[in-house]
Amino acid sequence: MAFSTGSGRLPFIFLILIILIMPVLSFAQADSGDTANSYFRIERINALVAMILFSVVILIYTRWAKAGKDLFIRKINGLDEVEEAVGRATEMGKPVLFVPGLQEIDEIETIAGISILGRVARITARYETPLLVPVRYPMVLAAGQEVVQQAYIEEGKADSYNKDIVRYVAGEQFAFTATVNGFMMRERPATNIYMGAFFAESLLLAETGNAAGSIQIAGTAQPAQLPFFIAACDYTLMGEELYAASAYLSREPLLLGGLKGQDWMKVLIIILILLGIILVSAEVSDWYLSMFESV
Amino acid sequence: MKTTVPVIAAFLSGFVMLLAFFFNPETSFLGRLEPEVLSWVTIVGGFTLLLGVVSIIRVNYSSVKRKSSGWGYKLATLVSIFAMAIPAIFPVRWSSLFGTGTGSIYDWLFNYIDSPMMSTMFAMLAFYIASAAFRAFRARNAEATLLLITATLVMLWRVPMGEALLQGIHGNLPNLINTYIMNGANMAVQRGIIIGAALGAAAMSLRIMLGIERTYMGK
Repeated sequence: MAFSTGSGRLPFIFLILIILIMPVLSFAQADSGDTANSYFRIERINALVAMILFSVVILIYTRWAKAGKDLFIRKINGLDEVEEAVGRATEMGKPVLFVPGLQEIDEIETIAGISILGRVARITARYETPLLVPVRYPMVLAAGQEVVQQAYIEEGKADSYNKDIVRYVAGEQFAFTATVNGFMMRERPATNIYMGAFFAESLLLAETGNAAGSIQIAGTAQPAQLPFFIAACDYTLMGEELYAASAYLSREPLLLGGLKGQDWMKVLIIILILLGIILVSAEVSDWYLSMFESV
Repeated sequence: MKTTVPVIAAFLSGFVMLLAFFFNPETSFLGRLEPEVLSWVTIVGGFTLLLGVVSIIRVNYSSVKRKSSGWGYKLATLVSIFAMAIPAIFPVRWSSLFGTGTGSIYDWLFNYIDSPMMSTMFAMLAFYIASAAFRAFRARNAEATLLLITATLVMLWRVPMGEALLQGIHGNLPNLINTYIMNGANMAVQRGIIIGAALGAAAMSLRIMLGIERTYMGK
């Protein structure tokens, strides 16, 4: 089907639905004048406008990328080192440990971690390096097994795939940490990759990996955990770099287009912040600030 | 088919959640869809729990059987799983030791073994922080020296004795640290990371919804 390619009908269906239906409903509600009993939450119109703008920018860049336009993406050292780190594990004959965070599959950070797992699994399959992926939730287990199996099949190493590469170890945060730390100290993996949402266990994992002498690459969007990973890991992906990883590693033009669109939104936000600074300093900012109030 | 169905499911699920965000749950069916969809997630999660149990038993049992490295720990895991689960699934009417209520075996194991072990793991974090800080705060270059000075000031400011010491140097010094380091530089950098991460998350969600990003399916 056309939309399964990700560049066919689906983006247009989405845009038409968002751009036409929602504002029409919002105007219908505005006519009625009764905001408390309205269908549409008019107080969230700012979020709708931002979302439409964001979607349009990303889709424009995706189209350009599809048309073959050259898109520059800055170098991300942590991601460039992934293949090198797996290569090191291969040379040492030791396993690679991949932890896709400690959140459920409905968290976007976990999905980003699972996406990177697919790329890492391809490399380990290619080099026939042992891979271990401990997970905390059964749904992440199912998704992880699917992704790793697909990677092994695509590398022509379906026979090397073992269902227990991705394994459920514990549902409790610190029981999970204790299991993974125990594995690190017993098996001494050459490479540890942490990609996803981490909390208090981030430093427990990263420090143990450091003590075990592993090369460590971490990535998380949790600002409170970043200093711990930076202190204990060799490379750290910060915030948005985690979400950019799948596009960066695959180099697929359609995914890179999305990254460029994201950059333009950042430019717009910087302009809005600068404008806000000027208006607040001039004490004429009430109307401007009210545009960004969230409900 | 293997790709098309998940792409359609991702699009519909994401679109329903979007609609639910913009519609009033009091007056509109669309606004009430969010808890409905989230309860589906819980139901699917319940089914997959069995996968987790099978995985943990299979992995640990095979290690114990082969007597591979650390098999004793795996045996302890298996014993713990059954010791917690079996008394919990028997009906309370047979004995007050069954079920998960107060005074049950499950409750006792949780309060006197599981919970203290979790607290112990968490408490160990203090030692890990000390060793990581020792490595991070070595004054190897200008940036690391700046980090060392800033961290020393903030740590002193956070403890009462340090705060008293800083006040002895200059009465307003603790307030300046709070204003310029914590609410100034620290807050600005954190917000920069948060804005970037939020945009990244939104862009990735959009790519998944539209079927552009399929790497989470191993494609």
